[in-house]
Amino acid sequence: MIEVKHVNKSFEGHHVLKDISAVFESGKVNMIIGRSGSGKTVLMKSVIGLHRVDSGRIEYNGRNLPDMSVKDVRLLRREVGMLFQGAALFDSMTVFDNVYFPLEMFSGLSAYEMRERTAFCLNRVNLADESFELFPSEISGGMQKRVAIARAIALNPKYLFCDEPNSGLDPKTALIIDQLIAEITKEYDITTIINSHDMNSIMEIGDKIIFVNEGQKEWEGSKDSIFHSDNEALNNFVFASDLFKKVKKAANAYKKM
Amino acid sequence: MGIIKETGTYFLLMQRVFVLPDKWRIFFRQFSKELEKLGLLSLPIVIIISVFIGAIMTMQTKLNTENPILPTYTTGLVTRDTLLLEFSSTIMCLILAGKVGSNIASEIGTMRITEQIDALEIIGVNAANYLILPKITAFVVMMPFLVIYSIVVGLVGGYCIGLFTDIISVSDYLVGIQYAFIPYYVFYTIFKSLFFAHIIASVAAYYGYYAYGGALDVGRASTSAVVNSSILILFFNLLITSLMLN
Repeated sequence: MIEVKHVNKSFEGHHVLKDISAVFESGKVNMIIGRSGSGKTVLMKSVIGLHRVDSGRIEYNGRNLPDMSVKDVRLLRREVGMLFQGAALFDSMTVFDNVYFPLEMFSGLSAYEMRERTAFCLNRVNLADESFELFPSEISGGMQKRVAIARAIALNPKYLFCDEPNSGLDPKTALIIDQLIAEITKEYDITTIINSHDMNSIMEIGDKIIFVNEGQKEWEGSKDSIFHSDNEALNNFVFASDLFKKVKKAANAYKKM
Repeated sequence: MGIIKETGTYFLLMQRVFVLPDKWRIFFRQFSKELEKLGLLSLPIVIIISVFIGAIMTMQTKLNTENPILPTYTTGLVTRDTLLLEFSSTIMCLILAGKVGSNIASEIGTMRITEQIDALEIIGVNAANYLILPKITAFVVMMPFLVIYSIVVGLVGGYCIGLFTDIISVSDYLVGIQYAFIPYYVFYTIFKSLFFAHIIASVAAYYGYYAYGGALDVGRASTSAVVNSSILILFFNLLITSLMLN
């Protein structure tokens, strides 16, 4: 579990995160949603420690990240997996080596065990053995995301962060990636935090949703309660398209019945 | 960024670079790759430039020292000392700042903007140490060999002028390049080239590591790396020369 308490962050006088508090539970897909520029990426990067917060606490099972030494942060990060928006695969390494690398660095397993674990992770994300020796530039965006998920879970992380996991993917591939993240979260009891503005993804796998607007936590709830919220900013964001306006109308009509 | 802040950031980065690697096996693997990429692959340009400059220097020197008062070995001696003292270390390093410096800055800069460096940090790797230390050490190790190659090939270029033209005789040239040889000059030129190698690799890595934005910004970082490392090479050349040759 990750608890964020009264976090503030500014960049050159611009107050980006304003007193944000939230709880991200383990075994659940926690989603941070909001408009572009609302501060959700800064929030996620602050939670991981890529940005140092100005004030507030970020507790990983009680351990406060801002108080940790550089060494402790590095140790904590071995419990963290991250799926970046652009996959961020190491382009000088093959698909196999991308997943093998964190194991080689920190696992302490034998070469045979590391190869087995790498193959297991790649197979877990439904990548065939034939793709193992390809380079990231030789595979599709969806496959890159799957390799990135395999790399993220290689060291059995307790925490999984996903920054816009569906960006640039077609709807079907996006759904596959979403389901894969949700399955892995439940299977390994991981605390998963996803940063997204993809409504399909939010409605598909979001167990807990936190809406960030202009640097503040505006709303928090489940994907079911999102349809019945009175929060204007949330409604403007979630039901911006005609399709979702109709879905909301239908959901409310169903509730009244 | 102000120059003081930039210098401070550079030294803070170096503090993260110069620590023991997480895994020596991985370090040596990266190190051997960099030996090839930064060192061996620089050899062709070093050879081509040195052989032509050696030849041209011999021709120019001979044509400008056509004076019966001057001994016949003058051309060989001037060519040798110019190659040894300045060309093969300083000028060659300025050229390599363009080739190697831009390569390092653009490689690390691209890794930065595509979040590969963040991915390394998230895994728990000291990205600065993992990416930069093998480059600096490999380039520093390879530099003396590049300098020695440059001197030898430059002298061969001058020899070719004696061999294939009637500008200078081969015997005068050979006497000249052996006359009043001071071995300390070899130590001096290798010493300063090691210093320059460190400047080229570390300054380029610094600009790449702190690149942000898009492809244009990586290009800008690459240009800044080449310009600033060239200026630093010239400055430290003056400093080292005044300390070691005075």
